[in-house]
Amino acid sequence: MNLIGHTELRFTEEQAMLLHVAQEFCRNKSPAESVRALLESDVGYDVSVWQEMTELGWSGIALPESCGGAGLGVGALVPVVESTGRTLLASPLISTALAGQLLLRAVGPDKAEPWLSRIVGGAVATVAWLESNDWGDSNIKVTLDATGQLDGQKRFVSDANAADFIVVPARRNSEMVLAVVSADMFPESALTLNTLVDLTRRSANFNCSGIRLTPENILAGDAVEGALADTRLLGALLVAAEAAGSAGACLDTVVEYLNTRKQFGKLIGAYQALKHPCVDILMELDSARSFVYHAATVVMDEVLNEAAEAACRMAKVQANDVLSYAGDRAVQFHGGMGFTWDCDAQLYIRRAQWSQQQFGDPLHHRKRLAALLLD
Amino acid sequence: MAATEQELHEFREEVSAWMKVNKPADPDFLLPQSFMEVGDERQLEFLREWQFRLWSAGYLGMAWPKAYGGGGAEPVFQSIADQEMRRHNVPICFNVIGLGWAGPLIKDIGTEEAKAKYLKGILNAEDIWCQGFSEPDHGSDLGNAQTRAVREADQYVLNGQKIWTTMGNFAKYMILLARTNPEAERKYDGLSFFLSPMHVEGVETRPIRKITGEYGFTETFFTDARIPLDCLMGEEGQGWKIAMQTLQYERGAEAGAAGGLSMIRVTVQDMLDSLQGVCRDGEPVLEDPVVRDAVVQAIMEEKALMLGLRRMGIGPLNTDYPGSIALSSKLRASEVTRRLRQLAIGLQGAEGGLYVGDPAARQGGFWQRAYFNSFSATIGGGTSQVQANIVAEHILGLPK
Ligand SMILES: Cc1cc2nc3c(=O)[nH]c(=O)nc-3n(C[C@H](O)[C@H](O)[C@H](O)COP(=O)(O)OP(=O)(O)OC[C@H]3O[C@@H](n4cnc5c(N)ncnc54)[C@H](O)[C@@H]3O)c2cc1C
Repeated sequence: MNLIGHTELRFTEEQAMLLHVAQEFCRNKSPAESVRALLESDVGYDVSVWQEMTELGWSGIALPESCGGAGLGVGALVPVVESTGRTLLASPLISTALAGQLLLRAVGPDKAEPWLSRIVGGAVATVAWLESNDWGDSNIKVTLDATGQLDGQKRFVSDANAADFIVVPARRNSEMVLAVVSADMFPESALTLNTLVDLTRRSANFNCSGIRLTPENILAGDAVEGALADTRLLGALLVAAEAAGSAGACLDTVVEYLNTRKQFGKLIGAYQALKHPCVDILMELDSARSFVYHAATVVMDEVLNEAAEAACRMAKVQANDVLSYAGDRAVQFHGGMGFTWDCDAQLYIRRAQWSQQQFGDPLHHRKRLAALLLD
Repeated sequence: MAATEQELHEFREEVSAWMKVNKPADPDFLLPQSFMEVGDERQLEFLREWQFRLWSAGYLGMAWPKAYGGGGAEPVFQSIADQEMRRHNVPICFNVIGLGWAGPLIKDIGTEEAKAKYLKGILNAEDIWCQGFSEPDHGSDLGNAQTRAVREADQYVLNGQKIWTTMGNFAKYMILLARTNPEAERKYDGLSFFLSPMHVEGVETRPIRKITGEYGFTETFFTDARIPLDCLMGEEGQGWKIAMQTLQYERGAEAGAAGGLSMIRVTVQDMLDSLQGVCRDGEPVLEDPVVRDAVVQAIMEEKALMLGLRRMGIGPLNTDYPGSIALSSKLRASEVTRRLRQLAIGLQGAEGGLYVGDPAARQGGFWQRAYFNSFSATIGGGTSQVQANIVAEHILGLPK
């Protein structure tokens, strides 16, 4: 396949409807005051809003109908996640959706059914992806021994504090397995909360040592490794979609200020030193949304092909680059106000810093794109 | 009655077959990649002959009325023909000011006499057209153009100077923006739009040598040049409005343009193909990690443009800043093109320093020349900076 010239981009009526509903929902449920209020909260999100989201079926959009999901694929999740990004709505949606995708892809709908139905029913789930700070390190050191006991540490586990279960990739001898750890299987002290740059997020280090699992909580098979790789790409896509949404909101914030603040007797938006970077942000944002929806078109329920891989990586590169740029300029273009806690620019620049480090930053993905496209 | 899928499919096959047989072999000189690059008689004659052949076969002006040399078909046929031209990478239709500006305008708002007089000659390339908008002191600030047109009895008398007139030395007609009313309150309202003959007394062109070393545009002087009253398009004072109307034709055959390629697309793939055998640190250039990253970024830029054109057609994905993709596309495409060509030269190693004329220049110096020529699109038709102003004001709603 010619990856360079591949430009498929479709948007179904279902996706359009989801986008519309999600935009409205997020506007209503996540106004600026709510975002601010949640920054300081323990759990990090509004539990009743999350419940409404699960009742709308969003955590099961991409899960098969046999498990109670909508069977619409990951592409249908993209407009929803973009909308949550737009209003900085905090929720464990991405973590939960990825845990579902990982289980589904690793062992199929029948074996994963008990977990997937819990997700559809409103459970919060997450995946413990990292052990070091290197997204390129696939050498997993957490082990599962013959008695079903885990040993090792995971880091940066998103939404671990709220999770009903955590999917822990582990090595059993030379084989990769998934240990599904319920919250009641470990003491609270196993989690150490991280202090994050983005206060709309929560993550924790997870000490798995000593946790004992029964066989039904251990999922193994040939597809596990592929599922891990594919789900990480989907993670990159969903975080990209969310970042694109946040970048759009950030641009709105900047434009609004440029249209109200006056200096030297005129609106500062008339100065090209501010105006032209806004156009650059707009164009880069346009690209980000194009890549995100291109990826949403080509990711499939089955094993991801090269086109899907390239699309997810490009989406991540572009969306993070524009959010980082927009957040950075948002601070600068607010002057002294931009340096304050009260200015929303801080929310976006913080989101940008956090977001780019999820599932690999733009340089990580560009390096892999080079191999995909040029070798 | 609208054409059926089957008819369109058959038509596409037919055009494709024709292009395969009739695509001219590459001449022993570099062909222009856009109409702004036609520099000499050889290129001109080659392209004139090609456009004539295309028109004779019925693949140009397909949606223009039959009475004036067109095909009287639905625009979708021309769009298909254009797509096939692109796919077969045939030469450009160089008479762009006629095909895409003057022609559609005459077709839409011209008098019966004007249609009969001009349209066919535009299509068959007999009459070359040029555009007299920019002046030495008024380029970006086009609305301030000062070339005068004064009505005297049954004529307009022209005085002033235009500049950067692409193909001014080859053209028979010019679309001319001139000031009929210097007292108008708004500068725009004093302008009028003319279909002006070039071969009359008092019109003189002087070629300007371009950055590439070639010729191709001119200064154009008007000294008491007299043209008939019926050269005026619309009414006096409507010049700006009419000039703006021509912008819509850039959207192609569906919007009224005659068709044909106005420029050759040069892609990242072309650049990759051009780097065969080039080494860096003793290894193939595309194995160099820094180069690879630069190429990945170029691929993404190009791909983003193409994806944008796809997304543009999907309503629900364009509710945020509606129209932004369309209005920024000239700015983006021209800048992406410029950067790609710059990169391509940089990757050639020491050969990157050679130019057209050196026997060792890669592809005859194609990339070096193409890079210089890419500024025709970042400057001509409204500079990138002015385009950014337009996008900022119209899409983001920022103040002037
Ligand atoms: C190859 C080529 C072919 C051309 N063919 C034709 C033709 O056939 N007919 C014709 O009429 N014209 C033609 N042009 C002219 C073209 O339209 C003008 O060059 C263009 O509009 C810019 O005007 P200028 O050259 O006077 O530059 P200026 O307007 O003097 O601009 C100089 C610099 O200032 C910047 N600038 C100007 N105003 C602003 C502003 N408000 N904000 C920010 N930056 C600003 C510009 O971006 C530019 O970088 C051609 C130009 C080229 C390069």
